[in-house]
Amino acid sequence: MSSDDMSDSVDDPGSRAKFMIGGIMIAAAIVYLIAASTKATTQYYMTIDELFAKGEAIVDRDIKISGVIRGDTIEYDAQTLTLRFAVANLPADLDRIQKAGGIMEVQQQAIADSNASRLEVVYIGPRPDLLRHGAQAIITGRLGEDGVFYADELLLKCPTRYEAESPVQAAEGK
Amino acid sequence: MIIHVGYFSLVLTFLIALYGVGAATYGAIRRKTQFVESARHAMLLTWPLVTLSVLAIVWLLVSGDFQVHYVYSTTSNDMPVYLKITALWGGQAGSLVFWSWLMAAFASAVSLRKWDHNRELLPWVVVVIMVNLAFFLSLAIFFENPFARLWKTLDGEQITAMFQPRGTIPLVPVDGRGLNPLLRHLGMIVHPPMQYLGFVSFVIPYALAMGALITGRTDDHWLRVGRRWTIVAWLFLSAGLLLGSWWAYDVLGWGGYWGWDPVEVSALIPWLSATAFIHSVMIHEKRGMLKQWNMVLVILTYSLVIFGTFLSRSGVLMSVHAFAESAIGPMLLIFIGISFVGSFILLIWRWEKLKSKNQLNSMLSREALLLLNNLLLIGILVVCAWGILFPLISELITSQKVTVGPPFYERAVAPLGIGLLILMAVAPLSTYGHTWWKPLVKALLKPFGASLLVPLILTLRGITNLGALLGFWVVAFVALVTLNEFWRGAMVRRRRHGEIIPLALWRLMRRNRQRYGGYVIHLCTVMMVVGIIGIEIFQTETQATLVWGEQLTLGRYVMIYESMDQFDSPDGRFVIRAVVSVYRDGKYVGELYPRQDYYYAPEMAVSIPGVRSTLEDDLSVMLVGWEPTPTGGATFKVFLNPLVNFIWLGGLLFILGTLAAAWPDRKS
Repeated sequence: MSSDDMSDSVDDPGSRAKFMIGGIMIAAAIVYLIAASTKATTQYYMTIDELFAKGEAIVDRDIKISGVIRGDTIEYDAQTLTLRFAVANLPADLDRIQKAGGIMEVQQQAIADSNASRLEVVYIGPRPDLLRHGAQAIITGRLGEDGVFYADELLLKCPTRYEAESPVQAAEGK
Repeated sequence: MIIHVGYFSLVLTFLIALYGVGAATYGAIRRKTQFVESARHAMLLTWPLVTLSVLAIVWLLVSGDFQVHYVYSTTSNDMPVYLKITALWGGQAGSLVFWSWLMAAFASAVSLRKWDHNRELLPWVVVVIMVNLAFFLSLAIFFENPFARLWKTLDGEQITAMFQPRGTIPLVPVDGRGLNPLLRHLGMIVHPPMQYLGFVSFVIPYALAMGALITGRTDDHWLRVGRRWTIVAWLFLSAGLLLGSWWAYDVLGWGGYWGWDPVEVSALIPWLSATAFIHSVMIHEKRGMLKQWNMVLVILTYSLVIFGTFLSRSGVLMSVHAFAESAIGPMLLIFIGISFVGSFILLIWRWEKLKSKNQLNSMLSREALLLLNNLLLIGILVVCAWGILFPLISELITSQKVTVGPPFYERAVAPLGIGLLILMAVAPLSTYGHTWWKPLVKALLKPFGASLLVPLILTLRGITNLGALLGFWVVAFVALVTLNEFWRGAMVRRRRHGEIIPLALWRLMRRNRQRYGGYVIHLCTVMMVVGIIGIEIFQTETQATLVWGEQLTLGRYVMIYESMDQFDSPDGRFVIRAVVSVYRDGKYVGELYPRQDYYYAPEMAVSIPGVRSTLEDDLSVMLVGWEPTPTGGATFKVFLNPLVNFIWLGGLLFILGTLAAAWPDRKS
């Protein structure tokens, strides 16, 4: 039952102020939390070409890159769980992709061009199921001084010809 | 033919929904009850009609009519029947009809309700629900039509259309593309329907809230009618999220039950505002306060549901679950915009009417603590929304793409989550109205002191991880306070009525479902926290390449690689299966069969771990590589996940507890 306790409902500006201040402090704490976490954990997300363009500046920075897997370069050492493969550049510009005939076409073109720039990737962990020629990969890690990309996490998109729900498999390595 | 029956059922439902909107509006404005009644009947009709469409789609899927583009793109000949049925929600077009079907089910159910006491709300409830239903049907009818078929022109060009274009012949592929093998799992049967039920069911509290605003009946009526629907909606949404987590964990083996994937987060966001609503509604009922805030929460929850749908279906997010870019994206955005703005205009119109007489006057009163609960939940909501939107906004402004991943969410959400858990321990001991701090602190002293024993004992046993100690302490604190509440209540009943404890507990919960149901749900939540601490902080792993007879060790477990076999399975895959035996503390506990399934179409491999599950831990063995020679070795990766099954047990009890709390009393 809703208590119409009149003695409680004296409009006390002092106590209202208390609540307002308390609320604002909590809100401020949340804003700070968001800002600090964003600064600490945001990663750049770039294409292979953009990565090469950045050059030295991006070495050893934690970043995410997207590329298309070249199937002929996949090497997997099951004993040490070391996976090596090369990725070709996948343009991120949506307009360019539309003009070229859709994401599937662009992916096929990227790996067909053997002169296109490619990046060598190394990943330690179980070989992901979706890793194959033509799959789009979103790789988190850092570019080493030797120009090889050391991956911490691999996200792979199934290379189906259907531009709809394509399940992605995430693998987390060390 | 089936295709035409299916399509025209959709069109008919769409027209009937529009009629319902018109008739209800006219009937309400002109006070002509027969029009409102007619509209109510129209709403009742919607579900049987959409069911015809759904049956048509399922028939086409199961019989493999590949000329239908949707059937071609989501099924293939070698798929088992159950999986073909799940293709109903496997693609964009089918899932829109599925969504509409569920919404129509709720619409019909609500129209069957006894509306005698709330006659004024009815027409507007019909209007709101029918507008939403008509909208989603229109997306299927005009943009993503599940009945569209493949045609071939004389030049060999391929066209997809509902009706045969001039100069074309039917194009009937021999086989379909099929669902990705990763989706061949029990989860595909239960998770999407439950998730959709969770989303769709929030249209009802939203419609009731809109009805209250439009009619000006801003007292408790809409809330009382809507409260059970809200808990049911919240129940489905919680179940959907839990099933999705469980599915991911079952498939991946190393964890992955919550990846902070943008689509996952967009499903969590309405759940957060709904949870806030469920708590703040208690203040509304007990002290008539926060009416404006409750309206905001209801509007927010439903809008966030549609917004989440927009994010997943527009191609804007890169995610495991996202559908590809589609024409319906802009449509959804416009729809959200209009309904959101419209709802808030209504709210502002009735703002003064929603003011309450009572004031919040004590910072430690239950109202204040519930308000703090809301603040923290909305805080987490803002964090999640930021996590999804920041990359999109940043790209718009700087044209440099950025991403935020799990580290962001974990850092920002953890303190807020811990705050909520502490509230779970403190709030049950608080009282409404004027509260002095001394009695509250006194009541908390014993459970607080007792709870400190837990981290102490754990430290003595060698556990030094601060996060784990903090986590287990807060779990113990909540458990002690909550269990004590049951104890106290049962004791009082025993003294007064002479009931034995089990009976006292039963009657206690029956009499006060809301409160004790809530406590049960809190206990289940901390049970899940126990599981999360176990797998997140104490997970261990190892890997090794073994030949037959060799073994590896992980913690108390020893795993021996016994043998391997290869065979073709009847549903289109080639299986490579290892047999390993597992020993725990030297004792034999069973065999596991980690395997790799190779699907011929599409050519891909799926890795299925062999898992031994107990409450104490999960031992998950993955076959990651092998050599085809008879003496060749196989490489295994093994994970030990302590306490992880407390997440699933806690989750299951959470759902059952909510069901019990929502169960209608015999009187009502």
